[in-house]
Amino acid sequence: MDFLTYFVNGLSLGSIYAIIALGYTMVYGIAKMLNFAHGDVLMIGSYITFVFMSQMGINPIISVLLAAICCTFIGVIIERIAYKPLRGANSLAVLITAIGVSYFLQNISLLIFGANTKSFKSIVTIPPLKLFDGQLMISSESIVTIALCIIIMLALTTFINKTKMGQAMLAVSEDRSASTLMGINVNGTIAMTFAIGSFLAAFAGVLLCSAYPTLTPTTGAMPGIKAFVAAVIGGIGSIPGAFIGGLILGVLENLSKAYISAQLSDAIVFSVLIIMLLVKPSGILGKSNIEKV
Amino acid sequence: MALLDVKKMNVYYGMIHAVKDISFTVDEGDIVTLIGANGAGKTTILQTLTGIVPLKTGKVKYDGKDISHHLNHKLVYSGIAHVPEGRRIFAKLSVLQNLKLGAFTRNSKDEIDESLENVYKKFPILKERSKQLAGTLSGGEQQMLAVGRALMSKPKLLFLDEPSMGLSPIYVNTIFDIIQEVHKEGVSILLVEQNAKKALSIASKAYVLETGKIVKEGNPKELLNDPVIKSSYLGE
Repeated sequence: MDFLTYFVNGLSLGSIYAIIALGYTMVYGIAKMLNFAHGDVLMIGSYITFVFMSQMGINPIISVLLAAICCTFIGVIIERIAYKPLRGANSLAVLITAIGVSYFLQNISLLIFGANTKSFKSIVTIPPLKLFDGQLMISSESIVTIALCIIIMLALTTFINKTKMGQAMLAVSEDRSASTLMGINVNGTIAMTFAIGSFLAAFAGVLLCSAYPTLTPTTGAMPGIKAFVAAVIGGIGSIPGAFIGGLILGVLENLSKAYISAQLSDAIVFSVLIIMLLVKPSGILGKSNIEKV
Repeated sequence: MALLDVKKMNVYYGMIHAVKDISFTVDEGDIVTLIGANGAGKTTILQTLTGIVPLKTGKVKYDGKDISHHLNHKLVYSGIAHVPEGRRIFAKLSVLQNLKLGAFTRNSKDEIDESLENVYKKFPILKERSKQLAGTLSGGEQQMLAVGRALMSKPKLLFLDEPSMGLSPIYVNTIFDIIQEVHKEGVSILLVEQNAKKALSIASKAYVLETGKIVKEGNPKELLNDPVIKSSYLGE
């Protein structure tokens, strides 16, 4: 029964990684860059929710939605100011800029919200689920997180496959100039990708802080990096890959915490990344090249 | 009035002056061809017109409007379609997805379906393979897909960049037949080709390019008999 508890908690943590990984993987697929500031957008989203919910007393659900809208704008503004001028620049320059944006967001939060840890009140108020005569207890946060992750995955897949905007994203991820020739606004499509990723990051942040209720300016850093690892394991650029990679990583982290060592769990997680890069660098669902010459 | 009127176009790749003071026109109902050797600037001219390469100086008028500062994705909305060099189909998407992306600028589902039927009629193989990933098509089929995809936007003016490149002689003939068929349906065409003989035989006006400059222009039938053209471009 213990195993099941750890496993379900792992799935819940993995769902959070998966939602964050979506932002990484979509931006990588479409803008061909690693947005290392993504984890910090999540942290900003949590702070905004905290301010609305705990300090202004606004209804939790509305607070989260407002925070998600704010994050959407922040994501688009970051792209416009920091990344768009570097379109066509070498990828190292873009990477360094992304790291710079990440530090900028952390420090601006430090300035505004201070270094003190804020204790984040969970937004989930439903009672936990008890199974097998109370032997297996699944926290309500876990249920909401896993459910929301599945809903987001389904919604996003439908959006990509069924809407024109989604098809435009697929086109831009494959060939920017050919997309221009179709009449697709490439800059607009990239901005849209940042908007979606940042919108989702706000949810991931709130779910993360509901499960682990401490909020500091560096809250987003480690989950951000781990979500990046999840995206790479699943196959960066692939949406189902982000989902699978996130879940694998979350379960792996929790099981190693429970059965091997709490201190070593992060080392184990990153070892998996190294092994993956050695064995199959394109990731589990990484796209193989099928193009005929 | 010319449908497309290019005046004194100059384009640079870094320090390289790739297109020098080029002026040409495409009238409504024309098939205009730009011929010339590799590196003469033919592809660059088309890429500049559809906004892939920036225009340095010069004026571009389309349908009477100055579009020099609006050479971007919006041109597709005003009826210009471009079949790029090397086909540039979306290899990881299905044939049908590729064709639908060609109709990205259009909204009426009925009209899009009508264009789709029209493309399938011209290229029956695309209908057969509609579910297949575009990257798995043969070179000739990919070229048909590229042309079909461009036609899905229902263009008034079609840019074709080396449509015969890398194709077997049978496919070359098919593609040129299709170009003429599309032209008969009322689409004006700007054709860039290395296969000068084929291009001149269907064109109504021709320009000869050499290292970024127009060195000759005129009636394609006359150019076909011009001794210089014959020896330089027709291999006779």
